[in-house]
Amino acid sequence: MNIIYLLLTISILVAILFFVAFIVSVKKGQYDDTYTPSVRMLFDDELIDDKLKNGKTTNTDN
Amino acid sequence: MEQNNCFHCSDICISSIVFDNKTFCCNGCKTVYEIFSLNNLTDYYTIEKNAGTKPLESISKYDFLSDDAIVEKLLDFNDDTTHIITLHIPHIHCSSCIWVLENLHKIEPLIVSSQVNFPKKNVRINYDATKYTLKKLVELLSIIGYEPYISLNDVSNDKKKVDRSLIYKLGVAGFAFGNVMFLSFPEYFEMHDYWIEQYKNTFRWLMFAFSLPVVFYAAQEYFIAAYKGIKSKILNIDIPIALGITVLFVRSTLEIVLDYGTGFFDSLTGLVFFLLLGKFFQQKTYNFLSFERDYKSYFPIAITKINTDRSESTLQVYDIQKGDRLLIRNGELIPVDAILIKGGAHIDYSFVTGESEVIAKKSGDKLFAGGKQIEDAIEIEALKTVSQSYLTQLWSHEVFNKKREDPFRTITDVISKRFTIAILSIAIIATSYWVYFDSTKALNVFTAVLIIACPCAIALASPFTLGNLLRILGKKKFYIKNASILEKMATIDTVIFDKTGTITSNQKSTISYEGIPLTQKEVTLLKSTLRSSNHPLSRRLYDQLEPLDILPIDTYKEHIGKGIEVKSNSNSLKIGSATFVGVPSFKHNLHTSVHIKSDNEYKGHYLFHNKYREGITTIFNRFHSEMKVGVLSGDNQGEKKHLEKILPTGIPLLFNQKPEDKLQYIKALQKQGQKVLMIGDGLNDAGALAQSDVGIAISENINVFSPACDAILDATKFEQLYDYVKSAKKAMTIIRLSFLFSLIYNLIGLYFATTGQLKPVIAAILMPLSSISIVVFTTICTNLINNKIK
Repeated sequence: MNIIYLLLTISILVAILFFVAFIVSVKKGQYDDTYTPSVRMLFDDELIDDKLKNGKTTNTDN
Repeated sequence: MEQNNCFHCSDICISSIVFDNKTFCCNGCKTVYEIFSLNNLTDYYTIEKNAGTKPLESISKYDFLSDDAIVEKLLDFNDDTTHIITLHIPHIHCSSCIWVLENLHKIEPLIVSSQVNFPKKNVRINYDATKYTLKKLVELLSIIGYEPYISLNDVSNDKKKVDRSLIYKLGVAGFAFGNVMFLSFPEYFEMHDYWIEQYKNTFRWLMFAFSLPVVFYAAQEYFIAAYKGIKSKILNIDIPIALGITVLFVRSTLEIVLDYGTGFFDSLTGLVFFLLLGKFFQQKTYNFLSFERDYKSYFPIAITKINTDRSESTLQVYDIQKGDRLLIRNGELIPVDAILIKGGAHIDYSFVTGESEVIAKKSGDKLFAGGKQIEDAIEIEALKTVSQSYLTQLWSHEVFNKKREDPFRTITDVISKRFTIAILSIAIIATSYWVYFDSTKALNVFTAVLIIACPCAIALASPFTLGNLLRILGKKKFYIKNASILEKMATIDTVIFDKTGTITSNQKSTISYEGIPLTQKEVTLLKSTLRSSNHPLSRRLYDQLEPLDILPIDTYKEHIGKGIEVKSNSNSLKIGSATFVGVPSFKHNLHTSVHIKSDNEYKGHYLFHNKYREGITTIFNRFHSEMKVGVLSGDNQGEKKHLEKILPTGIPLLFNQKPEDKLQYIKALQKQGQKVLMIGDGLNDAGALAQSDVGIAISENINVFSPACDAILDATKFEQLYDYVKSAKKAMTIIRLSFLFSLIYNLIGLYFATTGQLKPVIAAILMPLSSISIVVFTTICTNLINNKIK
């Protein structure tokens, strides 16, 4: 029957873990700007692309 | 890409510069392209079209950034080797902007990193301070067309700390609410199984533990507000809420201590969670707008001082003394009232008056603070210090200084007074009844009444209605500071408009020609001439004229403040003011005019009329049918007759109003008991906007300038203003209906409470149900309003 205590402890610990994660993310300012990161993540590809092109030709725009 | 458009800024190229097979309209744009292509940043042009802006030329205006004391004040972080600074860049508008600004380190390796906050239009830059300076950084940004906006406000204000406590509280309450719900679930079914009997104490004490942070941390504000309410003898909505929370907590704790029941921890945490949710929803912040601007946001931090030995040094604006000689360069703002000593002054007072006309001054003339010098550098002598100048003095008026104790009572406050009295009397009557018949139930009934009557739904009605309307109007480009402004707007009975820049448009003007008609050749020459001139009137006239061929010009001479003289082949042309061209008598001296003389023969003049915004007559008529309307103008009476024609008859039109006069006029109206809505645009309206019950600033460009106000309206939406004000009134009806709704819920709850049969499960169902149905009701209703307005 002690399994109930074990389950309770685990469930509460998991809940607290997520709660702490939430507080930390708010504190770090992750919710202050919800727009820019969504745009920023789309750029990464182009940066790599840029480097690849430069390996082949000196100026891609000519 | 069209051939004639600049590859960088997509302006039409007049004299195109070809570089790298691409056309550019000016050397500045070419330079930006060169910088980008050298650093492999040409993706800038592929991410988004038309991303670029023409870079500005004047660089020396950032000399003040060499001053360590100023730099220190601007920096977020400084440890001598690393500097971190947040700069506001109004031009940030698309994803290309984010991309190029976050790749600054490719252009300048000494920049360690940069991060854009798009909604705030900020960029946070980290650079190596041992080899790089802020001045170089700002200059680099200006060269690539991202000129940061640095004003006096940046140094004089303490950096604001972001207040995230509401999110924390909401997190705590939500976390506790979810867990308590789980833990109380087994007991909802009233099974008396062996295992529940064995573990129920563990479950109950866990719930108690979860409710502690909710009561003592998340619900803090309600206790504080209730205490303040009692102290100032106002029965606000927070009193029954605080009472409800206290009773819920105390009774629940006693129940589990005495092993009498499960308590109401689920309802308690749920209540606080929903209340905080309402508060959170009501908050709508427009990061890119500022409602608190005063002259400090417009003024520069420092200015160039000319010392007695003619050397130049940087002087902080606050340190300007009477008698100081100052150098004002092209595009710089005059920070103090001064006398013009040297140079041709062309002052643009549009910050102050909203009037974009440039005024020419001679040496010896008095210049007022707030004007912007166009064209050459001028030398001035300060007459007053910054805080004593004509314009800035307005801010020492009491309206700006003390935070007005707001006598305004919200609709929730009004209802909560009656509500609190009613609840308390019901609780007492019901308790005395039970004391008489069955005293064991008396305490149970007393607490049950206070628990069930806790006005969760009432407290939620107004935040959700107003919060939702705030968002709806925000999408329609009417940005309101906070929800209480909407409530005030519903009470408005007088609407006062500023004229220039408010009911007239700054950017458009109608131009009419009077005199001997110009020949085709003369118009062509006129247009060719105007193309070379940067004077605002020239630009406007140029835009108005039909597109024609461009004639080569032999001699071109611009007399600053007077006009232009040109010669082409055998023709000559004189364009400019009446005295410059030599007109003996001119009757329209109240209007702005440009005179033309061709081959020594006077031809005629162009008259510039203020262009009124579209729909001006309808909007005045609609307001006039229900409220009092008036117009205050800082201008002369030149437009009076015209205004009388297009506006409804009998409304007051006041001219030659100084900023202080406008403020006093509003004050006088308020003394008569009227609720005044003021609509203005320039800094000269700032006093009236602050004094009025609701001050709306109208703005052609939301991101740039607007004085302190309660709401900002995009100029393109001027026609809809009436609908917006009306929607605020409709919102109040919705709130009243919601109150009715929640009263019905309360009556059902009170039936259970007074008869002594309130079970935790009933409370746990009734409370969220009432809250959720109110939220649904208000959301549907506000969206209906939304559909009605354009």
